[in-house]
Formats: sequence, C-alpha cells, structure tokens
Amino acid sequence: MKDMEKKLGEIRRDIEANEREARENGIPMKTAEEGASLRASMKTVNQPQMKKDAMALVTGKPVFLDDVTGREYLVVKVLRSPHANAIVKKIDTDRAKKVPGVEGIFTWEDVPNQRFTMAGQTYPELSPYDRLILDPHVRYVGDPVAIVAGENEDCVDRALKLIRTEYQVLPAVLDMHEAKDNETLIHPEENWEALVPVGADNKRNLCASQKSGVGDVEEVLAQCDVVVEGTYHTQANQQAMMETFRTACYMDTYGRLNVVSSTQIVFHVQRIVARALDIPQSKVRVTKHRIGGGFGAKQTVVAEVFPAFVTWKTGKPSKMIFTREECQTASTPRHEMEVKVRVGATREGRIRALDVYALSDTGAYGEHGPTTVGLVGQKGITLYGKLDAYRFDFDVVYTNHMSAGAYRGYGATQGIFAIESAVNELAQKLGIDPVKLREMNMVQQGQRMPSYENEPNRSCALDRCMARAKEMIGWDEKYPCKDMGNGKVRSVGVAMAMQGSCISFVDTGSAVVKLEQEGTYNLSVGSADMGTGCDTILAQIAAEVLACPLEQITVCAADTDSSPYDSGSYASSTTYVTGKAVEQAAGQVKELILKKAAQMMEAPLEELEFLGDRVAWSAGEKQVSIKEIADASTCGNHLAIVGSVTNSSPVSPPPFMVGMVEIELDKETGALEILDYVAVVDCGTPINPNLARVQTEGGLAQGIGMALYENVKSSGKGQILSNSLMQYKIPTRMDVPRFRVEFESSYEPTGPFGAKSIGEIVINTPAPALAHAIANATGVWFQELPITSEKIWRGMQ
Amino acid sequence: MKIALILNGKNVEAEVDDGMTLYDFVRLKGCTSVKCGCETSNCGLCTVFLDDVPVLSCSVLAARAAGRRVDTLEGLQEEAEEFGAFIAGQGAEQCGFCNPGMIMNAIALFREKTDPTDEEIQEYLAGNLCRCSGYEGQMRGIRNFIAYKKEKALSGERQKDGSMGKSRETDGAQRLQGDEQAKEAGKQEGGAGI
Repeated sequence: MKDMEKKLGEIRRDIEANEREARENGIPMKTAEEGASLRASMKTVNQPQMKKDAMALVTGKPVFLDDVTGREYLVVKVLRSPHANAIVKKIDTDRAKKVPGVEGIFTWEDVPNQRFTMAGQTYPELSPYDRLILDPHVRYVGDPVAIVAGENEDCVDRALKLIRTEYQVLPAVLDMHEAKDNETLIHPEENWEALVPVGADNKRNLCASQKSGVGDVEEVLAQCDVVVEGTYHTQANQQAMMETFRTACYMDTYGRLNVVSSTQIVFHVQRIVARALDIPQSKVRVTKHRIGGGFGAKQTVVAEVFPAFVTWKTGKPSKMIFTREECQTASTPRHEMEVKVRVGATREGRIRALDVYALSDTGAYGEHGPTTVGLVGQKGITLYGKLDAYRFDFDVVYTNHMSAGAYRGYGATQGIFAIESAVNELAQKLGIDPVKLREMNMVQQGQRMPSYENEPNRSCALDRCMARAKEMIGWDEKYPCKDMGNGKVRSVGVAMAMQGSCISFVDTGSAVVKLEQEGTYNLSVGSADMGTGCDTILAQIAAEVLACPLEQITVCAADTDSSPYDSGSYASSTTYVTGKAVEQAAGQVKELILKKAAQMMEAPLEELEFLGDRVAWSAGEKQVSIKEIADASTCGNHLAIVGSVTNSSPVSPPPFMVGMVEIELDKETGALEILDYVAVVDCGTPINPNLARVQTEGGLAQGIGMALYENVKSSGKGQILSNSLMQYKIPTRMDVPRFRVEFESSYEPTGPFGAKSIGEIVINTPAPALAHAIANATGVWFQELPITSEKIWRGMQ
Repeated sequence: MKIALILNGKNVEAEVDDGMTLYDFVRLKGCTSVKCGCETSNCGLCTVFLDDVPVLSCSVLAARAAGRRVDTLEGLQEEAEEFGAFIAGQGAEQCGFCNPGMIMNAIALFREKTDPTDEEIQEYLAGNLCRCSGYEGQMRGIRNFIAYKKEKALSGERQKDGSMGKSRETDGAQRLQGDEQAKEAGKQEGGAGI
C-alpha cells in the first residue's frame, strides 16, 4: 500500500498546482456543486429545446439536396475499377460517347496531374497528397476510371457499359500485415507528397509511422506483479448514414463554380475542389442544405470532385448521387486496426504501465490515416491516471482496400476497445472487481495528462459517472454473471471512454451575430448541422448571452461566401470551438447594443443595464427597447451592431463516460440478447439535454452494431462483399436494448457555459463492455470484432 | 404506358415507362419527402400508402398503382405535424432523412391500433432503419404521442389556449404538457406546405 500512497501524494500535489494555475489564468476549475449552481441560472442553455429545423424534417419538407435539384442537372456517374491494383493501359470511350444524351466522358488524360487529399482537414493536411480525380493507376476495386455525364440515368448507365478498358493487372496487397516494405508499392508515383512529417514513406507503403511515450515501459512492466497482453482486431465499419454521398454543381452569374454538397466541411471542400481542378479557390463557392447524417463520412470529399469537374468543363449543372452500393464499396469507412496492448499493475491494483502498438490500414489512399491512429493511444491510455510509464507506437499502411476515413470515434473507438478489454482481463487476473480497479486508477479532475499533450484535466466527473452507472445497473448484485438454469446465463460488462473536444491549436470556428431590423438576431456560422442539432445548440448559446427567447435567433449555415470561416463539424469541435465563438460574438453585440442605447438616451455607458428585451438606465429613469435600438440602427446610423469572433483552443477538454451492459447469452447457440445498457456521460454542460441524450443513444446503437455484427468484408481479390444494407447489417429497432442515459456533468471552464463535446465519445463503450459481458458469461475473451453469435459458439467449444 | 391514379387526393394521369418504380414516379410528381436509402428494399425510407396500405415504393412498379390511391407524407401533413412534433419533442428526428418513411408507417400503425404495446410498435416499425437516433428517442416520442391521444380522447377537445406562450420544456415530469406545447410550436415553425 506504500506504493499507492506515494502515488496519491504525487497526484495530490499535481492537482493543487494545476488548480492554482487555472485560477491564476482566470479559468478556475469548478466543483460539482459550483457547476450545478451555474447551470441552475441558465435559461436557454441546458434546456431541451426543439431543433429549429425539426418540424420541416418530420413533415418531409424539401430540405435535402436532391429534393431541390431538378432534372436540368446532368447525371454524373463513374466507371469503377474491377481490379484491386492495375494500370489502365487503354480506355476507349468512342462508342459510349455516341449514346444519345451523353454530355461528356472524361478519363485520366483529361484531369489535372496535381495530387490532393480528399480528407477534410485544416491545411496543411496531415493526410498525404496521393489522389488524382482520375488516375491511370487504380488501387482498389471501385477506384474511379472514367467520369460519365449525361441527361439522365439511363443514357449514363448505357454509356458506362460501352466503355472498353484494358488493364495491366498488378499484384495486390490485401493484408495489412504484409503491407509495410512490400515489393508491391501502392503509391510508387514521384508526385506523391506528405506535407507534414508524420513518418510517411510511399516507397515503404507507409502513410504514417510514429513512436511516443513517457518513462521506461519495459522496465516498469518488468517490475509489475501482473501483466496482461492482448492483440485486438477491429474491422472497417461503414458510417451508413441514411443519405448517401451527393453533390450538385452549377456555374453562377459571376462565372464561379457553385458546389452544393451534403458535407460537414464546406470550407475544406472549397480548398480541395480548387486544388483538384487546379483553379483558384475564389472560383469555388460551397454551400449545403440539410445533411442526412454524416458521422464523419462527410468529412471527406467523396463525391464532390466528379460533378465539380463536369460542371467546370461543360458549364452545365450536374449532380452525383452515390448509390448505397457505392457508399458501401467506394467510400471512407473506419480504419481496420490491430492494436497490441500490454498493461501491467501492482498486486494491489495500481495500473503502472501501458504499452500500445497500433497497425492501421488506410487502404488505397491516406485520408485521415496519420490522424485517426493518434487517438488510439491518446484517448485510451489517458483514462488511467496513475501510470509510471506508457508507450504508444504506430504504423499506418497503404493496402489495396478502399480508402478508410473518418468515422465517429476516429481511432479512439479502436484504442478503447483494446485498452478497456485488456484492463478488464487484468481485473480478472488480479481478482479485483473491474469497477473497483477503475475507481482506483481513473484519471481525476485537476491532473495533468502526460499522454494527452500534457493538458490539465480541468473538468472531469468520470468518478461520478462510474458511481451512477454502477448504481443504475445494479453492478454489485449482477457482476460477473448469473446462471439462469435454462442454458442461459446473464452477465454484465463495463467500459470507460473519453474523446476530445476539438483538435487543439488547429480547429477554428467563427460566428457573426448581427442585430436585425425587428430586434431579433441573425447568427452566421460555417459549421454544418448534419442532424446533430448544432444550428439550434449554437443559437441557444447566443440566446443565453442575449437574454432572449431562442425563436429570436435565426441561423445561417453554411456558405463559404457568407459564413465566417469554420474548419467544419468534426473532431467533436462544434459546440466547444464554434460555440465559444458564438458566446463571444453575442457578447460583442450586447456591448454594441449598450453603446447604441447610450447614444440614444445620452446616458453614460457604464450606468446602462442590458435586460434582453430592452436597455434600462435607472439613474436617468429611461429605457429603450431592443426594437427601438434596431430601428435606430437602420436610420442615419454609423455603428455596426455586428459581433464577429474567430476562436481556436489550445486545449481539447475530454468528455468522459461509463457504459455498462447486461446481456443474456444462450450457451447452446451463442445467441446474445442485450437486456440493458446504461450510459452515464460527462460532456460538461449539456447545452441541449434532449439532443445530448439522443446523440448518446444513437452512438450506443452504432457501437453495438460495430461490436456484434458490422464488418466491411472483402473477397480474396479485394471486392467488397458487404455491398448493401442486406449484407452489411446495421442495427434495427429490434436489435437494440432500451438505453438508459444519464448525465453527470462537470463544468469545463474554457467551454461555452461549461460545455464539452458529446458527438463521438458515445460510440466507444459498447465494444469493450460487450466483450467483457461475453467473457463473464462464457469465460472466453474475444479480441476480434465483430463478436458474432457464431464466434461465441465456436469460442465456447 | 399511360396510368391514372389518385395521388394525395388529386387525380393524376401520366405517361410512364413500364419499368418505372412508384418511388421514381412520386418523386417526379414532386413528392420529395419519399426518400431512398438502400436500393435493396430494407431501409423503409420510401414507404408510401397504396390504398392505405404501407408499401415500399422502390419495390412497386408505378404501373401497379394505376387506378389506385397513393398517399405520401405530402398528403398527410396534419397527421405528420401532430405526430412529428412528438418525435421532435425528443430531438429524435436528428438528420430527418428517415423520418418521412418512419412517420408514414407510424401513421399506419396508429390507424390500425390506438393503443399498441411496445413490442407491437417495435415490430410494426422494424423495417424503418435509422442510423442517428438509436431508436430510443423515437420510442419515447411514440409513447408520449399515444398517451396524448388517449388523454385527448378522454377529455374531448383540449383547451389549447392555456398552454401557449410558456417555456417549451419537454422532459421528465412535464412530458405530456411539454409535448402539447411542442405540438403547438410545431404549428408555428412548420412552415408552409408544398
């Protein structure tokens, strides 16, 4: 116990120092009570407001891209490679071009030879420039070979069939273990380029490679009483948003290419399309309508470049609507990974060392390859706050699979499955209850997090999340299992999770708030509401600052011409980064309103009070309503009542959560039923508790799909077998349990009204919690996803 | 071939290709609430009523609808608003892309059964996929709607004036009252019809 006391002393000193520093920096950490009392005074924030677009959505109004793009748009489709690795030797489009209605057919000879990445990331992107719009070297089954545009789908389909292509088929690399230093190079080309040093080397099939750590892991592991080792394998998963990828383009009055896309990242699309087409960015404008789900898929420029190229070349409006089959076979699923974990602890249960190595398959192109993998270690190792040493190394390799991309959780999901599974097995080896083991070792508020850019953990209710989850599910009564006496066994499993709130020092969000003529406000942002409700959430923040009803804030997003810059809605950043910009921009507007009111009443500014619907000057016994101020701002006015703020954050405060599951497993068949799933989340202040809850429930359902059956399968030749929603099963409402979600909120001092993120973390607990419950029921530790009933049955034989 | 049918209460005559699906036909006629999510007849997004029976319009030929009644959400705006407000009251509409198909099926369910059990609801809507919500919020909305309808049936036409203008909380204890307000809010924010 000496060892534990010593460590606790270290941590106490660390916390005290960080608390002092936070106070000195004007961002004091809050206790649970302080946070609750701050929230109690909020009127619009922390309220379950209805989404501003909700009624349009539930009544089926034409608010999505293809609802409003008519038949004047050319239909754009691409011919796709049937080979996993091949060179296009000859391509004959003569007969295809003669099909009536066909407007244009384009091949690699027609497109710029300037490589780019489709990953929607801040410039300079960490993903390598390894793409062309069309490349004579095709690198996966489904890689585009030719673009066909025509008046309607029929003629385009006929033309696609008439294109004759000769390929020189090359050997394919289809096993990620064999990719590094394979003699077959996925990207042998000389103009391949990595803009940022991430350990990429195209002559070794390496998209990224790095080593990191603190302390001597080998030495500490050697000192540990118990060490658990495991090799965990997670599959590629499809985001499977209900609206497939789609983009429509047209030329406007000014000769500019207008790209209307179902995208999370309008500004990145602008930059990427301009580079792909080799035209100035000022020639490209990007907007969006409602987005039918994204989950990260639409953080990559999947469909955009093809219709953009067609419209730029032909001058005619064009659109590309991905089929579900294309979505399943030529898109950007989660990176398949193999994660090796070694975790060591003292006999008393102090977790002293974590050693993690991740091998990630980025597929044919490097979209999000160097970045997703970083979260494997960062978001898993950091959960444990009493380590003496850790190591996190990774290799990201090119193969001839379809390119991977961004999917909710973004590497954290893979890492947390591995690390949490290893910790559960460690608990068993130590003979310590896995909840207790976590209570002893979890990261605490106030601690610095060495494996998390050494950021201070300024808001953390992970301990409360654990206590509440344990109580909700009845852990002490149910752990580990109960034989039901009918061949079935009931068991429970647990996992913790964290994520970030933005990419620190990188993600940038802006807001422009202006007073409108009738005394209401308009909020312009460049973030993208993909169903999450961020338009409403951001408006709630503005309404809280401006002390007005939510209805008085209108939202305009997102348009590269009229919105202020935003890196986009990804990396769990919108509420935290853009939300802070909104808070500050609304604050500016408030100050400007006071200034205008001071002019109007000829009053000293400091004596005025902003009351939401009016500004009062009690000393002068005068007041002016916001409507009067708004009127005055339109007549002989020189004062712009516009707030404009751009924000970025030097930290990425992690949300935390605990997930606990109860299952019933049939030992004869391996069939598994989820009886209960409790999730207790600390996302700081939930700006909109309804939306935070539904985010959690939706993330849990996706996590369950990933844990139990979702799997992007391919044949030995690299063809995707799970090419429809029949072969790739996503959970139906018959497959998910009744979720029970609660919030145990910390208060993040750097976030808007104490908020952190919610969107991604919620997918991280189901896989490890289910694997744990299954182990408790069967005695078998499954280390490869998905854990199908068949695998469970085989495992028990 | 030429077909005549009643689409959302209006007589429609049209020349269609033999192979045209009912899905393509209704969208061509401006019923864009009808969505496609899968092409393999298993997402439920394209659900329409054919003589009041919910069908997957992607799997029915337009020609099959000749001489029959076809209804989409465009023709069921009142019911969609009334029920949809309860889904929206939970934030469970999320991206909204799957909503019209699910709401069509839910309307069919409510017409068939005024007081379905949870199991009946799950089974009836099993063919309506949703990737955003995890279904739980939809279930809460459906249950609240059923409770609201039951209470409404019991107490006759509710006095609506009393619930106007208050805050729009829709959680916990105030669920029923909140949803009544959400419904009212829905009427205000629903926008004009097509």
